[in-house]
Amino acid sequence: MNTKPAISEKETIQFRDVSFHINDIPARAIVSSISLAVSHGETLVLLGRSGSGKTTLLRLINGMLFPSQGEVVVQERSTREWDLIRLRRGIGYVIQDAGLFPHFTVAENVALVPTLGKWDAPRIADRVNEMLHLVGLDPREFAHRRPRELSGGQRQRVGVARALAADPPILLMDEPFGALDPVTRAELQREFSALARRLGKTIVFVTHDLREALLLASRIVLLQGGRIVASAAPQEFLRLDHPEARAFTSSLDLLRKVPTGTP
Amino acid sequence: MSPWTFFIDHRVEIFSATLDHLALVLIAMTIAILVGVPLGMFIVQRPAMRSIALGIASIFQTIPSLALLGFLIPIPFIGGIGKRTAIVALVLYALLPILRNTYVGLTGIDPAVLESAEAMGMTRAQILFRVRFPLALAVILAGIRTATIITIGVATIAAEVGAGGLGTFIFRGVALVSDALILAGAIPAALLALLADFLLGLIERRLRVS
Repeated sequence: MNTKPAISEKETIQFRDVSFHINDIPARAIVSSISLAVSHGETLVLLGRSGSGKTTLLRLINGMLFPSQGEVVVQERSTREWDLIRLRRGIGYVIQDAGLFPHFTVAENVALVPTLGKWDAPRIADRVNEMLHLVGLDPREFAHRRPRELSGGQRQRVGVARALAADPPILLMDEPFGALDPVTRAELQREFSALARRLGKTIVFVTHDLREALLLASRIVLLQGGRIVASAAPQEFLRLDHPEARAFTSSLDLLRKVPTGTP
Repeated sequence: MSPWTFFIDHRVEIFSATLDHLALVLIAMTIAILVGVPLGMFIVQRPAMRSIALGIASIFQTIPSLALLGFLIPIPFIGGIGKRTAIVALVLYALLPILRNTYVGLTGIDPAVLESAEAMGMTRAQILFRVRFPLALAVILAGIRTATIITIGVATIAAEVGAGGLGTFIFRGVALVSDALILAGAIPAALLALLADFLLGLIERRLRVS
């Protein structure tokens, strides 16, 4: 039985002076001169406005994109040297629309990576049950449903369960709660924050929501125009002087100053 | 003679012509599916080939069926008088809807689904056969359904090149100005088309994944 994850647990992700240009034209840089190390067990949040290059950084980690300059090193090996299929099977991936397979049941969706890894059937079944419990879905009620029979929040829960099923040491999340209604979003954020602490995975989480970043991050990296402009622990982030950081913190202040009924 | 008595008197010939007609359609559709679906899968992987393949298939569709049969007769190996020429023409007609729907079905899949398939470490072949193809199946089948109905209709004209089938009655009926003869070909052909539409529609609905 193949119980060993493809990626050993001690290692980290490193961006070594990475730039990415569309069609390798430097004038069309999406991200420039990124140097960044993600250590084991850390929840690194990439924060930035739309178009700041957050998603590009995520896709450089699992070899969906390759750097135009520099290199991205996962587990001490450049993504260019990795067998991409093996690399990706060792990295959980959750995106905004969950991307569940509509023709698969919930159980089949969660079982996907273990099935690709040729686990035996009873072990897959156990794992699917375990994962669904982990994300707060009763397998008896949900295992045989199709994604279209789920609410948005339930779909994201399945997405998280699917990403964790093969026990990958690394988890990449691209605004996973971005499309949910505010109440469900807050619920999932709280649960996921507890889950992340318990699992000890190395997590890279993309968001444009500072509150989410503060709740989940062990470190926040702020991106602007494809460059890192600040990197700080959540408590420090609120005291940063950088104008873009202040722009984000003042968006929080705005929320606090919402009129409460009295002028 | 009323059409009804004509049908009763010639029920054996009508039935056997219907079977001939059905055989023509089934052979042509089998070939068209075996060519069109893999070709559709191929042009998804090779976007440069897409407009060429779809363009050629569209051109065949614009040629009037009688003219297409005429063009085919002098061509060696595939032409001549008889079933073979008719089948070639029917395949050319059936190709476009099958090819187009295969392409549209395979490319019209939610990008989020394809992105997660890729990110989870599925190979290109796994994505094609386990994700794209099952999700495209209903759309591909819709193309097959359209192609079948076109083929049943066009196959009546194939009688003109001696391929047999229900068209034999229609052409004879036109020549003899006999409504009964024309109807003896037209009614079974229409019923075949309706039946095919109904049955394939049934399968299509079962395959549809919303």
